Amino acid sequence: MTATMSPPQSQVSSLTTGKMHRAIPFAICAFSVAVGVVAVYSIGGFKWGWMAIVGAHLYLLLVTIASRVIEDRRQATDRAMRTVMTIAFTTVTIPLISVFWKVIAEGASRFDRKFFTGGMRITPEDMLAQMEGAAVGGALHAMVGTLIITAIAGIISVPLGLLTAIYLVEYGKGKLASAVTRMVDVMTGIPSIVAGLFAYALFELFLGPGTRSGLSGGVALSLLMTPVVVRSSEEMLRLVPNELREASLALGVAKWRTILKVVLPTAIAGILTGITLAVARVIGETAPLLVTAGVAQDINLNPFSGRMTTLPVFSYYEYVQPGVPPETGIARAWGAALMLVMIVAVLFTAARIMSHVLKPKGLK
Amino acid sequence: MTANSEIDMPAQTAGITHSEVTSVEPAIAVNNLNIYYDKFLAVRDVTIEIAPRSITALIGPSGCGKSTFLRSLNRMHEVIPKAHVEGVVQLNGEDIYRPDVDPVTVRRRIGMVFQRPNPFPTMSIYENVLAGMRLNANRLSKPDADEIVEHSLTGANLWGEVKDRLDNPGSSLSGGQQQRLCIARAIAVEPEVLLMDEPCSALDPISTMAIEALMEQLKDQFTIVIVTHNMQQAARVSERTAFFNIDGPGQPGHIVEMDLTEKMFSNPQEKATSDYVTGRFG
Amino acid sequence: MSQPVAQEKINKAPTSVPDRLFSSLSRASAVTILLVLSGVAFFLTIVGWSGMFGDIEGMSGSDNFLEYVGPLVFGTVYSATLALLIATPLAFAVALFISHYAPRRLAQTLGYVVDLLAAIPSVVFGIWGITVVAPLMSKNVYPWANDNLSFIPFFSGTASTSGRTMLTAGMVLAMMILPIITAISREVFLQTPRLHEEASLALGATKWEMIRQAVVPYGRSGVISGAMLGLGRALGETMAVAIILSPSDGYFWSILTNQNSNTIASNIALKFPEAYGLDVNRLIATGLVLFLLSFGVNMLARRVANSGFSGAAG
Repeated sequence: MTATMSPPQSQVSSLTTGKMHRAIPFAICAFSVAVGVVAVYSIGGFKWGWMAIVGAHLYLLLVTIASRVIEDRRQATDRAMRTVMTIAFTTVTIPLISVFWKVIAEGASRFDRKFFTGGMRITPEDMLAQMEGAAVGGALHAMVGTLIITAIAGIISVPLGLLTAIYLVEYGKGKLASAVTRMVDVMTGIPSIVAGLFAYALFELFLGPGTRSGLSGGVALSLLMTPVVVRSSEEMLRLVPNELREASLALGVAKWRTILKVVLPTAIAGILTGITLAVARVIGETAPLLVTAGVAQDINLNPFSGRMTTLPVFSYYEYVQPGVPPETGIARAWGAALMLVMIVAVLFTAARIMSHVLKPKGLK
Repeated sequence: MTANSEIDMPAQTAGITHSEVTSVEPAIAVNNLNIYYDKFLAVRDVTIEIAPRSITALIGPSGCGKSTFLRSLNRMHEVIPKAHVEGVVQLNGEDIYRPDVDPVTVRRRIGMVFQRPNPFPTMSIYENVLAGMRLNANRLSKPDADEIVEHSLTGANLWGEVKDRLDNPGSSLSGGQQQRLCIARAIAVEPEVLLMDEPCSALDPISTMAIEALMEQLKDQFTIVIVTHNMQQAARVSERTAFFNIDGPGQPGHIVEMDLTEKMFSNPQEKATSDYVTGRFG
Repeated sequence: MSQPVAQEKINKAPTSVPDRLFSSLSRASAVTILLVLSGVAFFLTIVGWSGMFGDIEGMSGSDNFLEYVGPLVFGTVYSATLALLIATPLAFAVALFISHYAPRRLAQTLGYVVDLLAAIPSVVFGIWGITVVAPLMSKNVYPWANDNLSFIPFFSGTASTSGRTMLTAGMVLAMMILPIITAISREVFLQTPRLHEEASLALGATKWEMIRQAVVPYGRSGVISGAMLGLGRALGETMAVAIILSPSDGYFWSILTNQNSNTIASNIALKFPEAYGLDVNRLIATGLVLFLLSFGVNMLARRVANSGFSGAAG
């Protein structure tokens, strides 16, 4: 805050003349907000969004004019830009808050026992209850499906990605390594639905058309997850100081043991963080599962055959095909969305904590 | 014989002056060793013998290849891709570069201490000392392990300082202590030779003195080769000194002369050596 | 002495069996990844082939493949461009706010908040978009824009009352790609050499002048490549568009109406579950087109990024 670092105004100093008193922006801010509230209220009632918009723009205008008058053009531009940046950041946080608010507000109503204990096999009695507005149906089948499919993706991606990262950092120097690096780079940007189509095409070629299974869903997700695991693990392995590898090799330790017992443990915090974030990324994927695993009404524990629902797909279908009356289906959609957001937030936070806690004390 | 004239001479007679011939069987004998990084010749035509249970110092200006040479003695330079050597390095009469020799075995017998202390950050002090065994999956009984830890730390003059906090991470120690921990780690696997690559350059004077005192003790059991950029240190600790030099940028480093340290610093045979030890260049 | 005789020696160094096993295992993983990833285009081509050149009678809708995919490509590029136009200036400002305006101690947390935005599943964004953004816009903004700005073609037509328009989709897409553009821009802004910044400040520059002199030129290529990556992501984003947009067949420029060109990804998501026969192959063929599209954009982004943060020199 270089601009406002001025001594008390009672002291007259050549360094502070021509500077705006630090209380002025606050005063302008208060004035702008007041005007925004009153103006919007008198025209269209209590609309807080419009009030904020009017207030912010008025502040931007007034503070620039004030600075132009009291200070100079350069200071005015500086203040205007500072205000613009702040407004931009606030603007971005609003949707974030709104998403969380909406998901919690709408989803919490379905966090009941039925939601966590049952699937979507709806009996005639349920249908009747639903017509009367009761909450029926659950997402247990989708939770189980999410767990199975994500686990499959992890089982494929983690060893494959980690070993590839080890290859790139510890062994690979030639053409193969640079080809792999470039391919992984490009593949981090592959549209998720394309990954789904790939898995579908792969399984169709081998198992015939129209195949839907949890396994092909897992394969689709692993295609999205592997590049992320490779990239993050590679980055973490490269952070391990070469001196540690040398120290181990100089003790007469074979290279593979050096990698497994010195390099990996040193980088493990970062690697686990990366894997967790990769899981968080794929657990919310809908599109690839829509085309590979499909949607089922009941719990399906067999990933090798039959359709399997996951939470995002469940949420999507319950929203676009909510049934009659639509409110119960939409409530289920929000319930699944809340569940998803919670899972992602937990994974995200866990990753943060992990990277702090597991990091070896010796590394900065 | 000047350094320049060596280039044209056959390798066998290349003029390295050995006025003092070691009377005992050498621990390491190096013959016509050329060291390459891919196609770049980094060090050319080194022929020296390193006496057992003594300290040999390698000195010379930076970039003269003394560290590269040191790392070639236990095949650590092979960590850099495409690095390789021509010539013979014998450890007690056995060529360590014979095609059927595993570099891992060589490094078990020729230990190394690095410029910057590098204890393993994931391990405690105790585990760091045992790293050489544990990483090789050697099963140790608890009493044996305790015995090795105490013995090695005592050998590295560190036991008294750390015996009450063996479970602390190795990185909790001061720089000088960490370096002594690294020495303890190196001697725990009981190598025959200990290579030290500027082991004090990252340490303060007090820690440096502690390491030098330690080297004085260790030479009763180990053959020590130390690279140092500090001529006073070479003069203080070593029995023999080899002077490496480089003719210019991009030229290979080579050995100028090797002799008893006393002689090297008082009455060297080569002008380049006397210029260097008297501080006229480098 | 010029040709090293011992060249082969390095390769001959005998390594123990587990050592060789482990290195071949990691090498095999790398090769697997290479094969699988390069197999994506291959498999999509094989299965999509009959969708591109197969018997048109066997598909719903009798136009040929180019006529089928044309409006979808248009919709994909249009919505992604719209998202990019909204997100880039915002992301630029947010990145600068985090890197240079926010208090240092707060900056990390703010970065975390933006990253969290990236972690929200797209289906959640979609449902949020249609229940919150769409009604908000169709009530407050669209009628006004339609009344006052309809002389601009983009705002012409009958304003949607449901809000399921290209603009809504573009705004939600913008929220989804904002984190990636922000993250990359923030990274390069933070890498601005301190010396450049201090040199500018020492000349008496205000903060904004310093940013214009030192930070922006240095970070320009980073922002551009971040925007390209964001564009790549917006092209392939499926669920938000599938939920929000009310699609029609054809090319539509207006962003306020209920008639919108669908995107490739959204079209697949909507039609694939019920598709059978050659329609499946045709959808997969459109997937291949999408793959090539985003592949091209990503390559371009890398090229911009690799051209270096050379703005500092100019």
